[in-house]
Amino acid sequence: MSALLEVSGVSVSFDGFRAINNLSFTIGPAELRAIIGPNGAGKTTFMDIVTGKTRPDAGTVSFGEKSVSLLSLTEAEIARAGVGRKFQRPTVFEDQTVHENLIMALKAHRSPWRVLVWREAAADRDKVAALAEEVGLLDALPRKAGELSHGQKQWLEIGMLLAQEPRLLLVDEPAAGMTLAEREHTTRLLVDMARTRAVVVVEHDMDFVRRLNCKVTVLHEGAVLAEGSLDHVTKNSDVIDVYLGRG
Amino acid sequence: MRALILALLLAFSAMPVLAQTAAEIVAANAAQIEKPSRQTIGPVIEQLAASGDPQAATILEAWGDKRLGLRKADGVFFLIEKTGDGWALTALDGTAAGTAAKADVTELKPNAGVRGLIATALVQFTLSDPDRAKREAALGSIAKDPKAEALAPLAASIGAEDDPVLKAQKERLLGLLAIRFGADTATRVAAIEGFGRDLGLDLRAALNPLVATTRIAFANDLPEGANLARELRAGRELTEEEAYDLLVAGGLAPARLTVADARKALVANLKDGAVGGVALAALDSQAERDRAYNALEAAGTVPPAATDAEVTEAVARHRFAETYAEPDPAVTAAAEAALAKIGTKVGAMQGADLLLDALSLASIYFLAAIGLAITFGVMRVINMAHGEFIMMGAYTGYVVQQWITNYTLSIIVALPLAFAVTFAAGVAMERLVIRHLYKRPLETLLATFGISIAMQQLAKNIFGTQARPLTAPGWLDGALVFNDVVSISYIRIAIFVMAMLFLTFFLWLMKRTRLGLEVRAVTQNPSMAASMGIDPDRINMLTFGIGSGIAGIAGVAIGLFAKVTSELGSDYIVQSFMTVVVGGVGNIWGTLAGAVLIGTLQKGIEWFNPSNTLAAQTYMILFIILFIQFRPRGIIALKGRAAGD
Amino acid sequence: MSRSFLAKNPSVLTFLLVLAIFTLTVTILSDAYGLAFVSTSFIKTLGKTLCLCLVALAMDLIWGYAGILSLGHMAFFALGGYGLGMWLMYARTEEIVVAALAQDVIPATAEEIRQGIATQIFGVVGASEFPAIWVFAHSFWLQIALVVLVPGGLAAVFGWLAFRSRVTGVYLSILTQAMTLALALYLFQNDSGLRGNNGLSGLQNLPGLDGVSQDRLSVWFLWGSALALGLGYVLLAWVVSGKFGSVIRAIRDDEQRVRFLGYSVEGYKLFVFTLTAVIAAIAGALYYPQAGIINPAELAPIASIYLAVWVAIGGRGRLYGAVIGAAFVSIVSSWFTGGRVPDVPLGFYTISWVDWWSVVLGLCFVLVTLFAPKGIGGLFDLVAGVRTPDRKGAALGPDDGALMEREAQE
Repeated sequence: MSALLEVSGVSVSFDGFRAINNLSFTIGPAELRAIIGPNGAGKTTFMDIVTGKTRPDAGTVSFGEKSVSLLSLTEAEIARAGVGRKFQRPTVFEDQTVHENLIMALKAHRSPWRVLVWREAAADRDKVAALAEEVGLLDALPRKAGELSHGQKQWLEIGMLLAQEPRLLLVDEPAAGMTLAEREHTTRLLVDMARTRAVVVVEHDMDFVRRLNCKVTVLHEGAVLAEGSLDHVTKNSDVIDVYLGRG
Repeated sequence: MRALILALLLAFSAMPVLAQTAAEIVAANAAQIEKPSRQTIGPVIEQLAASGDPQAATILEAWGDKRLGLRKADGVFFLIEKTGDGWALTALDGTAAGTAAKADVTELKPNAGVRGLIATALVQFTLSDPDRAKREAALGSIAKDPKAEALAPLAASIGAEDDPVLKAQKERLLGLLAIRFGADTATRVAAIEGFGRDLGLDLRAALNPLVATTRIAFANDLPEGANLARELRAGRELTEEEAYDLLVAGGLAPARLTVADARKALVANLKDGAVGGVALAALDSQAERDRAYNALEAAGTVPPAATDAEVTEAVARHRFAETYAEPDPAVTAAAEAALAKIGTKVGAMQGADLLLDALSLASIYFLAAIGLAITFGVMRVINMAHGEFIMMGAYTGYVVQQWITNYTLSIIVALPLAFAVTFAAGVAMERLVIRHLYKRPLETLLATFGISIAMQQLAKNIFGTQARPLTAPGWLDGALVFNDVVSISYIRIAIFVMAMLFLTFFLWLMKRTRLGLEVRAVTQNPSMAASMGIDPDRINMLTFGIGSGIAGIAGVAIGLFAKVTSELGSDYIVQSFMTVVVGGVGNIWGTLAGAVLIGTLQKGIEWFNPSNTLAAQTYMILFIILFIQFRPRGIIALKGRAAGD
Repeated sequence: MSRSFLAKNPSVLTFLLVLAIFTLTVTILSDAYGLAFVSTSFIKTLGKTLCLCLVALAMDLIWGYAGILSLGHMAFFALGGYGLGMWLMYARTEEIVVAALAQDVIPATAEEIRQGIATQIFGVVGASEFPAIWVFAHSFWLQIALVVLVPGGLAAVFGWLAFRSRVTGVYLSILTQAMTLALALYLFQNDSGLRGNNGLSGLQNLPGLDGVSQDRLSVWFLWGSALALGLGYVLLAWVVSGKFGSVIRAIRDDEQRVRFLGYSVEGYKLFVFTLTAVIAAIAGALYYPQAGIINPAELAPIASIYLAVWVAIGGRGRLYGAVIGAAFVSIVSSWFTGGRVPDVPLGFYTISWVDWWSVVLGLCFVLVTLFAPKGIGGLFDLVAGVRTPDRKGAALGPDDGALMEREAQE
């Protein structure tokens, strides 16, 4: 199975502080992966690099069958290439309705001219309705996103990611601030999504990671410390030292 | 230089000394002196001047001042002085000679031309006058209006000069005179070379006429005696039009046919709705008009005038050249060489002067921007009314001067007062407006602009629209002069010093005081700072007040050299923001670098196009817009996560 | 334009209706076509106000919807005025010069006519040659093309440079202000080719329409301005109603998030910046023939600030708010500064409104920003019973241009 995303030898430093240090990482086309690590391990910076927000000082990032280098693309181009990102805090457009949020995310041409003349067709309405149902927001479609509860916003954002139809999804702490029931719903969504695409979940919560039941990568000081099943990495003495040991 | 002066001295000391007293000379030339004419009196005056008699100067002076009289009875000359209703007489040898009735003496009234000759002759006496001030004045008058005649007396007076300053001046002036009026080529060339790399304006003024050129046109050979500077080829060094104009000026070709002249000729020869066989209605194109004119020319009804083809042909038949007005090639060559040497050095000096100018402009921008470096750079609050705080400071200075007339004292009072006034205004604005708009920079921008509009109009209502003076103390008048090219006014030095003081103050405030620490804490993380017992509201208020107060002080400084008007602030606001943005927000060294960059740039552009400061500002702003493309975060940028997004 | 567009945007129909009634009323009351109740100069003021409403619409799109506080749109407005003004002045002077030369015995050559026009126009700045930028001034259609192309091109180049390097928020505002200042300073020079600080004048005389009185011309221009405003309103309402409107509002509130959705934020900003610059230029081209004169002072950065003031007072982020703000503030301003409001004697001091209006306007603006961020448009919400969301003071997005909580509608 060839890799969908291949990160190799990436380093980046801020004012002399090495946030990412010779990091290498690969993920296949339909795989669920959890990334854990203590604060400052470089989890968010790693996502920043993949999505084009931060440019690395060294290394390569290639994506897809044709191994396109993501480093020469802008954030928008990377997103169009099929990389979706969910932020730690739910970021939806609060001044607009759930419907509008989903319509914007729907896979379609993104150039200003095409968007200007774009009008909603019945097929689009059905697709939005289907997505809203999947994330449990069908009743909330005409409501402003700003009025939703925290958990609903998380789902709306996940719905928007689904609408984008990405091939790789980067999800930053999806379970933070959720109730138990909401967590279960989220877990189900993520596992479902990973059937057809690659999903990378960055998470602190061991319980949640265990529930995902997938391969785990442990980051420490900007490099991969260990990789394998959760049980495997939790037995690793290095991991216990730097992470759980200090826990 | 020394050798040259020695040579000149020797040459002139060999003058013959006549053993005749002044009185005898006057007596011998009585008729001429009584009715002098400019053309013929010269030798007499020279003879008097050269007599060596100490009375000669007195006599000449009296003559020039119309104090020489002729006693009608015996035809004897006397120095006369008015007393009541008659004259007091003094004989020409200096002894008193009684009085005379008014009618008995004829006053001599030489005309202006003769008086001029007398004055020139007198120069040699004043040059050796015991009174230093008179000698200096004489030197000044020669320097102002150099004449060949002054050469000899000046050279003669140097030996006896005991004042070293005047002696040096005399030697310098002698050299300058020798350049122009030296007897032979060798003397003049030596005089030119004697100045070496001197930069004086007077030297350049003496050399420039030597290398002045005129353009001439000629058929085959250069005219006799012309001192060729360079040959000009039509089409290269001069345009065909210029070349033809030279031919016309030299009488070598007929004048060109202008559109207006052709028109006039055509109108004059209009007959039966046609001219030269061309119908009137067809004359609305140049080609048809030329055709009609040529027909008239062929018929002999109009004088021949050159058409384009004739012009080209005439230009090709002639040669053109630039010739020096000065006929001596050796002298012009030496002068050119000397000017070239001077040019290089003057260029370097001008560069230095430009740098000084740029530095002083940079310190003005820095002064205007340093308050912003606090409110915008540190607190990230956009204050569009910053310029109006500068204006308030300037008006405070003006008001203080209405009460305290001693300028030095008034400035000393105005500086802290301006700080106090604008500090208070800044604190009030922070409390009333800005506090409610933190994190809303665009709204802050617009609200403070509203304040800016209101404050400008308020200033207009209070102080009127005309400019108010803010006068600098006397000891700031004048300039520090290095040489004829490089100088800087004291007021600019004072502003530079002030800018440096502010920089030091800022660094001290932010790095060495408790307040600075708290300010940095609050700007980096207000909630964390608050939880450590710092009151962010108080700190923000104080910081904003200090930034505004500094703007007030800057206003006093700027008011000293700019006119104080209600628009004073808005003239600086865009440049101030540019200074902070270009330098890099949040870094005082960046602001300094930004000010230096913008100041140098503006002066540099002005240097290329000195007549047009508007263009300089336009290009400067364009440059800044482009600059921000390449360094969006300024010259000195914060990097990494600290910079935020 | 489908039925659903108008159905979804009832304000468009209302606006067009109000505009039509207004135009009709003014026509009926005018000197030329009706009861002669309204003076020609006031009709010109109303016509100019319609143009200002159009440029305010453009400002609302760029600031209210896309969150970019441009302080340069009045520069585009003035450039449009200069563009049309060049043709007006050329054609008008040409008529005069041709008439003068026709008195001569010999018919004039084309070169003589051109020379005569140049001397007439540029004598005031001591030149007698046409600068290169006047090369199209003889042709109405070419010059009309320039009215759109020059400001549009300038906006495209400037916007490309600025957005490409991700200059946002107040930095962009200051940069646009610098651009405006640079342009104004450039035009103030005598050798700018546009007559320095004399500007272009006599623009109220339309070439070829000598027989038409200013009474009637002013009404014609009012119609033209109303038509342009109506078309502009419909166009912009259409632009902001669909997905495009969603995207630019999203950019206003959180542009980083929009990038991760795959939209090229820079492209959208550039599109909106250029489109609004063109609309501003068209408004300017209609405005200055009614004003009669244009000079570089019209480009002063303060003019663009006033534009933002109008939009803010009217209520940003809603098109009718911009129109109301521009109309209200400019008419009230001209009322106060025209000396028609009686002075207020306080005994010790007499408040003359000509002097104090700017102070009042400045302070009003601060008050609106602080206490009524919805502006006059907020009154409509009060009537309609629309509430503002209560989100404990947080803005609706992390960006500088994001709507404030109190600006939003629930």
